[in-house]
Amino acid sequence: MEKIIAKLGLGSCGIAAGAGEVWTELEKIVHDEKYLVKLEKTACIGMCFEEPVLELSGPGKPTVMLGTVSPGDVKSILDGYLSNTLEYNNIILHEHKEAVHNDLIGNQQRIVLRNCGVIDPESLDDYEAAGGYQALRKALTLKPMDIIDEVKASGLRGRGGAGFSTGMKWQFAFNARSDKKYIVCNADEGDPGAFMDRSTLEGDPHAIIEGMIIGAYAMGADEGYLYVRAEYPMAIKHLRKAIADAEAKGYLGQNILGKGFNCELHIKEGAGAFVCGEETALMQSIEGKRGMPTIRPPFPAESGLWGKPTNINNVETWANIPWIITHGADAFRKFGTEKSPGTKVFALAGKIKNSGLIEVPMGMTLHDVIYKVGGGIKDGKKFKGVQLGGPSGGCVPASLLDTTVDYDSINKTGAIMGSGGMVVMDEDSCMVDIARFFLNFTQNESCGKCTFCRIGTRRMLEILTRITEGKGVMEDIEKLEQLAVKIIKGSLCGLGQTAPNPVLTTLRYFRDEYIAHIEEKRCPAHSCTALLKYEVVPDKCVGCTACARKCPVQCISGAVKQVHEIDQSKCIKCGACYTACKFNAITKV
Amino acid sequence: MQNSRQELDAILTRFKGRHGALIPLLQEVQQLEGYLKKDTLKYVSEQMGVSAAEIFGVATFYSMFRLKPQGKYVIRVCKGTACHVSGANTILNAIRENLKLEGDEDTTEDTLFTVMEVACLGCCSLAPVIMIGDQTYGKLTPEAIPGVLGKFAK
Ligand SMILES: Cc1cc2nc3c(=O)[nH]c(=O)nc-3n(C[C@H](O)[C@H](O)[C@H](O)COP(=O)(O)O)c2cc1C
Ligand code: FES
Repeated sequence: MEKIIAKLGLGSCGIAAGAGEVWTELEKIVHDEKYLVKLEKTACIGMCFEEPVLELSGPGKPTVMLGTVSPGDVKSILDGYLSNTLEYNNIILHEHKEAVHNDLIGNQQRIVLRNCGVIDPESLDDYEAAGGYQALRKALTLKPMDIIDEVKASGLRGRGGAGFSTGMKWQFAFNARSDKKYIVCNADEGDPGAFMDRSTLEGDPHAIIEGMIIGAYAMGADEGYLYVRAEYPMAIKHLRKAIADAEAKGYLGQNILGKGFNCELHIKEGAGAFVCGEETALMQSIEGKRGMPTIRPPFPAESGLWGKPTNINNVETWANIPWIITHGADAFRKFGTEKSPGTKVFALAGKIKNSGLIEVPMGMTLHDVIYKVGGGIKDGKKFKGVQLGGPSGGCVPASLLDTTVDYDSINKTGAIMGSGGMVVMDEDSCMVDIARFFLNFTQNESCGKCTFCRIGTRRMLEILTRITEGKGVMEDIEKLEQLAVKIIKGSLCGLGQTAPNPVLTTLRYFRDEYIAHIEEKRCPAHSCTALLKYEVVPDKCVGCTACARKCPVQCISGAVKQVHEIDQSKCIKCGACYTACKFNAITKV
Repeated sequence: MQNSRQELDAILTRFKGRHGALIPLLQEVQQLEGYLKKDTLKYVSEQMGVSAAEIFGVATFYSMFRLKPQGKYVIRVCKGTACHVSGANTILNAIRENLKLEGDEDTTEDTLFTVMEVACLGCCSLAPVIMIGDQTYGKLTPEAIPGVLGKFAK
C-alpha cells in the first residue's frame, strides 16, 4: 500500500508556535507504532497565524491542511485520515470541501513563493523535482546579453524598496569593464515588521542561489555574497546547506555544468545595523568596516565591493529570476500592471486576522489585500490605517484603500511600496505614537554621518514624545513639517531622506489626532499612557475583586460585592485590570 | 585562561590574511568570551595589525557586539512595528519587573539574564515575540511571562 504523506511546516514561525514538539510526536508515532505515513518537512506556507500547520495527502484521499496542531492531536489526526473519518476542528484547506482558508490561497499568485511551504528547503532533490536549476541550464546556453534583454523585457523592478529596473541595473554592471565583478544578495531585511525575505530564505534557498548564478553569468561576475541578518539563524543554516549541495552537484564552483563558467558564493552575517540594508553601507560592512553609506556616484555598478563593479539585488528580486528565465518575460507580464509587472510578496502583520505571508499580482487594491486575502481586522475592530514601507514609508488611511499596490500608485499616497511590510492598525493604535515609534527607530539607527539625519531626527523625536505626553503646543506641528523638509534635503542616503515619511503621512491623514493630543490633552485611541486613565464604571462593577487581585501595585480597593475604586496617584497604567475584568466595568478615558 | 587564549589564537590564525573578516572575527571572539573585553580587543589589534580605533569603531557600530558582560541567557524583546502595536511595551515591562531590573540595568544580579531590545525577529505574525537563546516565544501576554522565565531560572 502506498503511504500517505504528512508534511509539517518547520519554519521559524512554525517552530515558535510549537511545531518542533509536533514533529517529535509525529516521528514517535510513525516509528513506534509503524504507521504507513511518510513524514516530510517544509518551511512556511505563509499562514503563520495558523501555525503549527500540517498537510496530509495520499492516494485516493483529498489533500487537507490543518492549523494550530498540537502534539496531543497528532494520533487522532493520523488515525482519522487513514480511516477516512478525519474530524478536526481547524481544517484550514480542503481539496474538495469548503474550508476557512481556501480563498486565502485562491486569491494569491505564487511566483516567488512557488516552493515555500511545498518542498523541503534542505533538499536539493526536492528543488530539482520542482523544476529547480532548469533555468540555469537554459541560461548557460544563452548569450549574457540575451538574458539581460529578457530581464529587461520582463519589466522586473527591484523588490528591495526603490523599484529600480533590474534589467537596467544588470546592463550597467555588464557594461562595466573590469577583471573582477561581484554580485550581492541583500538579505538584511531591516524593516521592523516585515519577514518576506526570511520566509523565502528559509523556504526556498536554492531559488535565490539559482537567480544569483544566472545573474553572475549574465553580468560577468564570478563571486558573490549573501548579506543576511544575524537574527535569522535558520535562514543562514538553510543557505549554507544549499550552497554546499549546489557546489557538490556542479551548479556552483568551477566549470559550472561543464560550460566553463565559474562562480563562488559566500554568506556574510550582519551584525545588527539597519543602515546596512542600504547598498553602499552594506558593501562597507561586507568589507569589515563600519556600515556608513557613501556618496553615489560612483554607483556600485562602477565601483562597489573593493572598488570593483558590483550588482546588488534584494532576495525577492533574485528569486524571481529563475521563473522569468524558465517561463519568459511575456508570461511574467501577464501578472501585474504595465509599469509594475509581476507579483509582490507582502508580510501582513499587526491587527489583521490572517497575519502571515502572501503573494499577489501587482495592481490588486489595498482593500482586497487586507480584506479578501488578509481576512480583515482582528476581533471585529475598525480599520484605521496600514503602514507600508516600514520606517521609510507611510501610513495609508481607510479613505485610500482603493489604492492599487504598484510602485507608482503607492508613492502618490506619500507612502512607499518598500520591501513589502504591511502593518495594519485598528482603532486602538495611536497614529502619533506610531510616528514617534518610527522616529525613535530611525534616530537610533542613523549612522550619524549627516547632521540633519543625526540631530534632525532627534529633534523630531523629542517633539513627538512631548506631544504623546500631552505637553505639545500647536507650533510643534509646524516645526515637525519644517524639520522634515530639511532632513529630506540634507541627508546623503535613503535612511535620512525617508525618515520623516511616517510623520508627514500621519500629519496628512490623521492630523486631528495630533490636535487632540495637543489641544485637548487626549489620545483618541486611548493608547498614550500619559494621557490615559483607567476608571471603574460603578454601574457595571459587581465587586468580583478580579481587578484588585491582578493589579501589580495594589492600587485598586473595594470590598467583595462592592464597587471598586482605582487610586489614580498609584496607578501605573499597565492595563492588567482592564484585561482582567469580565464585566467591561473598567474603561479607558 | 590559558585554554581560552589558545582558542583565541586559533580564531585569529584562521582569519589572518582574509579580507573583510573583522566582523565575523569579532563575532567568534564574542562567542568565545561572552562579550568583547577591552584587553582582548587590544590583543586582537596587535595580532591582526588592525588599529585599535578601527576595531573599537566596528565594535561600537553594530548592536550585536557587547562591550559589557552579559547574562547566561539573553532575552531579546522584539520592539518591531508589529510587536509594538500588539503591546510589546507591556511585555518588556513585565519582564523587567519579573527580573527586578531597575533604571537602565539590563543584566540581572545573578547574571542569569540579560534583556535586550531588538527590532523585529521576523515572526511578526506571532506578535508580541521574544527570543530567549535560540528559542522564540510568540503570542505573549504579560501574564505568561513568569511562566516563560521560570523555565530558565535555576
Ligand atoms: C536605510 C535603508 C535600508 C535598506 N534596507 C534594505 C533591506 O533591508 N533589504 C533590501 O533588499 N534593500 C534595502 N534597501 C535598499 C537597498 O539600498 C537597495 O536599493 C536594494 O538592495 C537594491 O536591490 P533591488 O534593486 O533588487 O531592490 C535599503 C535602503 C535604505 C536607504
Ligand atoms: S515586529 Fe516583532 S517579530 Fe517582527
